[in-house]
Amino acid sequence: MSEAKKITLATAWLDGCSGCHMSFLDLDQRLIELAEKVDVVYSPIVDTKALPDAVDVGILEGAVSTEEDLHKARMFRQRCQFLISLGDCAVSGNVPSMRNMFDLDDVLDRAFVENVQAQPGRPSESLPTLLRTVLPIHHVVQVDLFVQGCPPSADTIWQVLTELMAGNTPDPTQFTRFGA
Amino acid sequence: MTHPPVASNPGPKVRVVTLKIDDHDVGARETDSILEIAHANGIRIPALCYLDGLSTWGACRLCMVEIEGVSKPVSACSTTASEGMKITTNSERLKRYRRMILELLFAERNHVCSVCVSNGHCELQDLAAECGMDHVRVPYRNATYNIDSSHDLFRVDHNRCVVCTRCVRVCDEIEGAHTWDVMGRGVNCQVITDLNQPWGDSQSCTSCGKCVQVCPTGALVKKGTAAGEMEKHDDFVPYLAQMRKRQ
Repeated sequence: MSEAKKITLATAWLDGCSGCHMSFLDLDQRLIELAEKVDVVYSPIVDTKALPDAVDVGILEGAVSTEEDLHKARMFRQRCQFLISLGDCAVSGNVPSMRNMFDLDDVLDRAFVENVQAQPGRPSESLPTLLRTVLPIHHVVQVDLFVQGCPPSADTIWQVLTELMAGNTPDPTQFTRFGA
Repeated sequence: MTHPPVASNPGPKVRVVTLKIDDHDVGARETDSILEIAHANGIRIPALCYLDGLSTWGACRLCMVEIEGVSKPVSACSTTASEGMKITTNSERLKRYRRMILELLFAERNHVCSVCVSNGHCELQDLAAECGMDHVRVPYRNATYNIDSSHDLFRVDHNRCVVCTRCVRVCDEIEGAHTWDVMGRGVNCQVITDLNQPWGDSQSCTSCGKCVQVCPTGALVKKGTAAGEMEKHDDFVPYLAQMRKRQ
């Protein structure tokens, strides 16, 4: 008996608090229902280390704050047929973007020099380069759907995913909003 | 002996006109604004700077409506009704304009809802949801505005101000103190207390808090409120305005 081809889903966590992914996990028993129709091929919550070349749906949490975020956002756009900005950080920059009000050098000094007693100094390796300005995802690549919320509730995520699985384009403004 | 009821102030005679708002036939006094007539008839027109009981300002442009035979949209709050008007409140063009206005407001200053004391009780946030503004297409300005916490009870965060001037009007027209006013132009426009002095040093402020209650966003807030805790109640304004007129 042939099984209907599953929808492939990839998610990534850029500059955010992981709250959107926690909300995704809050789908609880619905995750089992989801797993029957959807194959999570790349995500912080699965073990795969590389994003496949072609994915049906990509979900990005978090704002674009580093060179690494920028690279990931571009890679997701390239390889995902349908790209979703999940949560206020991805949609508007949200809390990470509040550093835009300050000069980046001042921000780095505040974090790594002024408030540090042991070995103050900016890190020179192992950390991705910070962009001068934090941006929402759609300011660097085209995004197909915007799901606001900080974080969007599990019910919101479920509604978006079930609509998409049914072949419809959901309107998240009907059930979520900025700051929800 | 009983006396027949006598109106204390019958006011000047006004004509009654009939007009159409979104296919609803409505009657109104010719001195009424389109926005007042719509609201009285249960027809929703989005608005931000307008507040029942205060003078009309016409700054936010969210209440723009189309009148048949008039090429440009007009603001419903500052346009009075006339006989036979046919008004559209929610065309595709108006929806597009409202969305754009909201995007520009969100891009101009810091309107990060998640950490705002007014989260969940904010008219700007509600309008974004109502008008389907799900993302901002223009670049964010990332400008820094001041926060004045010098007042004992209240705080003004200019980063969250939309310059609707409700605070200016309620302070002048209802409280009679005129502590608030406006200075600067364009994106530098901001509300000020006295002659741009710290609010806490203001000689004219009576600390009545009316400005805080009418502020549609988290710009004017009570001190000591955490994210989402600042609930406001502006329903006293039409009542006080009515009482003032009777005097």
